[in-house]
Amino acid sequence: MALINVKTKEVQIKIVYYGPGRGGKTTNLEYINRIYREQIKTEMVSLKTQDDRTLFFDFLPFDVGQIKGFDVAIQLYTVPGQVKYNATRRLVLRGVDGIVFVADVQQSQRKKNIESLNQLYENLETYKLDLFNIPLVMQYNKIDLKKSDIPTLSSQMLQKDLNSLLKVPAFEASALNGGNVIPTLKKIISITLASIQEHLF
Amino acid sequence: MLNQSQLDAIDHAIETHLIAAGIDHVIYMEMSGNTIAKHDNGKALLDSTAFAALAAGNFAAVDAMAKLVGESEFSLLFHKGENLSIHFSKVSKDTLLVSMFNKNISLGIVRLKVAETIKEIIRVLGDPDIP
Ligand SMILES: Nc1nc2c(ncn2[C@@H]2O[C@H](COP(=O)(O)OP(=O)(O)O)[C@@H](O)[C@H]2O)c(=O)[nH]1
Ligand SMILES: [Mg+2]
Repeated sequence: MALINVKTKEVQIKIVYYGPGRGGKTTNLEYINRIYREQIKTEMVSLKTQDDRTLFFDFLPFDVGQIKGFDVAIQLYTVPGQVKYNATRRLVLRGVDGIVFVADVQQSQRKKNIESLNQLYENLETYKLDLFNIPLVMQYNKIDLKKSDIPTLSSQMLQKDLNSLLKVPAFEASALNGGNVIPTLKKIISITLASIQEHLF
Repeated sequence: MLNQSQLDAIDHAIETHLIAAGIDHVIYMEMSGNTIAKHDNGKALLDSTAFAALAAGNFAAVDAMAKLVGESEFSLLFHKGENLSIHFSKVSKDTLLVSMFNKNISLGIVRLKVAETIKEIIRVLGDPDIP
């Protein structure tokens, strides 16, 4: 649940980028960190392994200004994607307000995308949260690979695999060069804020 | 959601028990990483947002380790540095009190002051009409 402080007039919102390992979650945050440098007061924190893979989480806080007189602070987190790190993934989800599911459009990753989404559902259940009720945005990342020889999944296929029941907003993206990273972010912020709006007064 | 008088009472408890005792920084936070209250002695700078995220992760990891070895929890955690030490203590199921103090204060005093503060905060959490 978002933290709403009536005394300091602050709202803190936790948004988690979730998805299979090497899908591009960290790359999303790195891009946001570059673009919004001025609004970000601190360094991005990355707890990673020696070979640069997320070990626990990446963390990037930034302010989006005032809403109804409250200062809104967004805290972006990523989870470690590797299968063996589910315990840590679950820890990062604690208190989550909104989720971006970053799927990998490579055909070879099809099963991993689906498994990761299923596990997200289960992990949220441990906090009594329902994937069907939480603010969620889909991102089909690495769309640039369509121009390469690497086999990719069509967006229709990804929609069918991941979003036929959830029916949440979805973006094709290319996090590496920033394509649709910011629209994805703006979408998750706006639907998350809308969901907590009722608590603000 | 905590109301204004609860937040005032929590601030007061932290100021009078911990900051007054010479503790440098205190963060009262949710396990999610969100900060409920933060206080300092005005001398040392700290990036408290990133700190809170890491503190929550740290405490959560140790908590998960406790479960793996069959403990229900390690409710207290302490990191000792050369000049600065950090003391973590669970307040309620969802909240954590983190205190940073320098070598001029003993761990014994810190533990005592933290215990007093926690008692006070728990009282405040249970009573929305706290004076
Ligand atoms: N071609 C391509 N590669 C990407 C894209 N986004 C991320 N990558 C690469 O995919 C790999 C894994 O990215 P990373 O952000 O670490 O994934 P994470 O495990 O989800 O955090 C890295 O080598 C990235 O450079 C993209 O949009 N297109
Ligand atoms: Mg990563």
